[in-house]
Amino acid sequence: MTSSEGQDRTSRGARPSLFLERQSYRRRRLADSARLLPFLGGALLVLPLLWPDAESESGGVPLSSAIFYIFACWIGLILISLFFGFVARRSGVDDSHGSDAG
Amino acid sequence: MATLNVLILVCLGYVVLLFGVAFAADRMAVAGRGKWLRSPLIYTLSLSIYCTAWTFYGAVGNAARSGLEFVTIYLGPTLVMISWWWGLRKLVRVGRSQRVTSIADLLSSRYGKSNTLAVCVTILAVIGGTPYIALQLQSITLSFSIFAEADPSGLYREGSSVFWVAAGLAMFAILFGTRNLDANERHHGVVTAIAVESVVKLFALVAVGIFVVWGVAGGFGPMMERIDASEIGKWQVDAGRWTTFIFLSAAAFVCLPRMFQVMVVENDDEGHLRTAAWAFPLYLLLMSLFVVPIAVVGLDMLSEGSNPDLFVLTVPLSQGKDGLAMLSFIGGFSSATSMVIVTAMALSTMVSNHVVMPIWLNTHERVGSVPGDVRNIVLMARRISIAAIMALGYFYYSLSGGGAALASIGLVAFSGISQILPAMVGGLFWRGATRTGALAGLTVGFVLWIYTLLLPGMGAAWMPESVLLNGPFGIAWLRPQALFGIEGIDPMVHSVMWSISLNTVVFCVASLLSFPSPLERLQGAQFVNVFDHSVAPRGWTGSVAQSEDLMIMTQRILGTSPAQELFQREAELQGGRSPLPEPTPGFLARLERELSGSVGAATAHAMIGQIVGGASVSVEDLLAVADESAQLLEYSSQLEEKSAELSRTARQLRDANAKLTQISEQKDSFLSQVSHELRTPMTSIRAFSEIMRDTEGLSGEEQTRYAAIIHDEALRLTRLLDDLLDLSVLENGQVRLNLGDDTLRSVLDRSISSALAGTDQRLVVRRSKASERIPLQTDLDRLGQVFINLISNARKYCDADEPVLTISAHDVGGQLVVDFIDNGSGVPPDARSMIFEKFARVGGDKAGGAGLGLAICREIMHRLGGDITYLPGQGGAAFRVSLPLAYRQAAQ
Repeated sequence: MTSSEGQDRTSRGARPSLFLERQSYRRRRLADSARLLPFLGGALLVLPLLWPDAESESGGVPLSSAIFYIFACWIGLILISLFFGFVARRSGVDDSHGSDAG
Repeated sequence: MATLNVLILVCLGYVVLLFGVAFAADRMAVAGRGKWLRSPLIYTLSLSIYCTAWTFYGAVGNAARSGLEFVTIYLGPTLVMISWWWGLRKLVRVGRSQRVTSIADLLSSRYGKSNTLAVCVTILAVIGGTPYIALQLQSITLSFSIFAEADPSGLYREGSSVFWVAAGLAMFAILFGTRNLDANERHHGVVTAIAVESVVKLFALVAVGIFVVWGVAGGFGPMMERIDASEIGKWQVDAGRWTTFIFLSAAAFVCLPRMFQVMVVENDDEGHLRTAAWAFPLYLLLMSLFVVPIAVVGLDMLSEGSNPDLFVLTVPLSQGKDGLAMLSFIGGFSSATSMVIVTAMALSTMVSNHVVMPIWLNTHERVGSVPGDVRNIVLMARRISIAAIMALGYFYYSLSGGGAALASIGLVAFSGISQILPAMVGGLFWRGATRTGALAGLTVGFVLWIYTLLLPGMGAAWMPESVLLNGPFGIAWLRPQALFGIEGIDPMVHSVMWSISLNTVVFCVASLLSFPSPLERLQGAQFVNVFDHSVAPRGWTGSVAQSEDLMIMTQRILGTSPAQELFQREAELQGGRSPLPEPTPGFLARLERELSGSVGAATAHAMIGQIVGGASVSVEDLLAVADESAQLLEYSSQLEEKSAELSRTARQLRDANAKLTQISEQKDSFLSQVSHELRTPMTSIRAFSEIMRDTEGLSGEEQTRYAAIIHDEALRLTRLLDDLLDLSVLENGQVRLNLGDDTLRSVLDRSISSALAGTDQRLVVRRSKASERIPLQTDLDRLGQVFINLISNARKYCDADEPVLTISAHDVGGQLVVDFIDNGSGVPPDARSMIFEKFARVGGDKAGGAGLGLAICREIMHRLGGDITYLPGQGGAAFRVSLPLAYRQAAQ
């Protein structure tokens, strides 16, 4: 009785099992990467603050290099986000709950 | 050179085009065509109202002043968009599942549908939004003035142009923004128009950028060299400002009422976020791609005093590219108009739902007593609100004169609206966030923002120079731009840091210390766990037949036919025959959400509360429900007990019935036994008396013998009748006991002598006379009768060659026990249960007894408070007579 109840619950997905099959596992880690992306972005965009100042001995970083760096980061983030959007659409990550099983 | 007239014509043409697009989109949406209206592309483009005229013009100005710092304004939203998975997705889901109409509605809904909170957010949004609208008007006017300077006719008058622009924008917002009431029905016309405008502004900026890079600078490489050679050619940003602005723009991106409107309220499909997550950052990237080149070229080519905020216009103009300048002007115009329209719409929704409607509800206590259509009142409130907000913006512009740099006003507005962030994020991710915390945090943040940023920025009229330098009343640590004595921070960074951090701290502490209301806790769970259950709590308990009142009210808000449709659908769902559905909690919750789509959560809650009687859920109710179920449990256990008792009684009744039946049968058999017993002696009496009467010549001896038989039989009859009488007297309890005192020994002596008297049969009686010295107080004659019966039974039935009867007396557990044991074969086991019954005889009719003796004995012993039982396993017939000793002691 109790065991059949437990199976029911798992199949309904109310209480996801602790471990997942390979595909679902990939899907979850994909969702993790989507969560981590803004932190990566934040770190990349704060990094230029460590660059030498214009008043420093090296004369600072030329603005064109800064523009290159910022826009490269920007494009990188967009591409990762685009990739995730496509994969998410294909594998239906949207349907999963916010829970974090592994 | 383009004349002002041409410009105005182009403007008007553009506005007419927008009207046309909005109108067509609305028509298509109504007709159910135009799926592309709900495409992710339109959604992404509509998000671009983030890029206002401030960013269109101001970004270049900012770049000309401080290099790459402008890009922070775009980087913040980019970070927000790429974190859509755990941020915006939740926000949008909550917004859709709770049918939220504005950011104020979101907070009010989260914190227990509190209207106070909604009013606070509305005030904050209006105060923060008004300068922002003024800013847009200013940018349009500035761009007009650029063309006017060049126009020889000099027809241009600044004041009137601003007025007409403001009036036109208000008109557009009213026409397309207040068409339908249900904010969740979405304003397809406006959204489509905004999408068109976003394309126009992007196109305009990119066109100017391409012209500057390839037309002026001579290609990508030379452009880069030129950038490095310019006065802003080195990477030099203030670390505080850089991070603060990224944070600020990210916060404002989700908190701005207009952003919330397009991002959450107008969202058709959560999946659109997936596309917007990369497409909108791409849009922002394209918008900022050419900002630095335009700024650098502008700084190079234009005179020292020219306004860098207008480089986008002046650079093409200075190169004689009138068409491009015109396009750029249209781009700026687009940015301004779309922002103003959506802001006005969003703010008017907030004002009408959270300020006008509650006041209206308060003045009309009972909905039933108010004639007219609530719909019209709400729509009118929104229209007036739009007009009022535009008027406020216009007056702010006229009063301030539009002197300050564009970017700074924008940032001031950003930091003001960002004060909502702690309450909003806390509400979405922390169930412990309370209304008190949100209100306290919001108030602290708001006050600090006004004190440290808004008032100092508005000039000496609002905040005297002395306060700025020495603090209020000379208290140095309260200086608006150096709170707690910490000096030397950029005023903007200083303000944002203190207001947001203290806001957050107060919000958290007040939340921790306060206790949320039941509704807050329900809503908190709904918001934080939105992915687990998107269904609203069933808060209402409609009991009375209020469906008609609800119907009337719904008709007034949603309109007649949608309301009727809704109720009919619900009635069908409930499967009832009546045209009106029962006010079940589920239905009321659905209805409330339906209404909140039109008038906001707090108002819808209040309106349903008015009709249903405020019977919303409370912890007390929950407890009552729990209590009720406990009572039910108790009741059911009582029922169970009762039913058990009933079944017990039934069993007893069944038993009693069986007993009665048995007794009746016994009586029948007793009667037949009695008649049989009586008949046997009667027959012989009759026979012998007939012989004596009819036979001649009977000898005297024979006569004597027959007479003796008749006499014996008569005696037997008499004895039988005596016994029967005795038994019936005993059984009926009518016997009177003659209590007397004696010892057991003397009773036994008398019994033995009378039982053995006049018989020739030898029966040895063994006794231990010492143990028989037990005093008795009982009916001695009756006890003697029992003893006689037992002794004579032994005499009659003991089949041993030398019959011996052993009589012994003991004290067993407070009872006097007298055992009569003979050495015969005893009573066969299957007869043992029968021997005390009436007319029960063991082993046939040998001794000629009536079979009443032992029955009488048992009755006597019961009367005397004792018993008589058969003792098995004693080697012969063994009877045990027991008498209570307590009986004797009680008599002593």
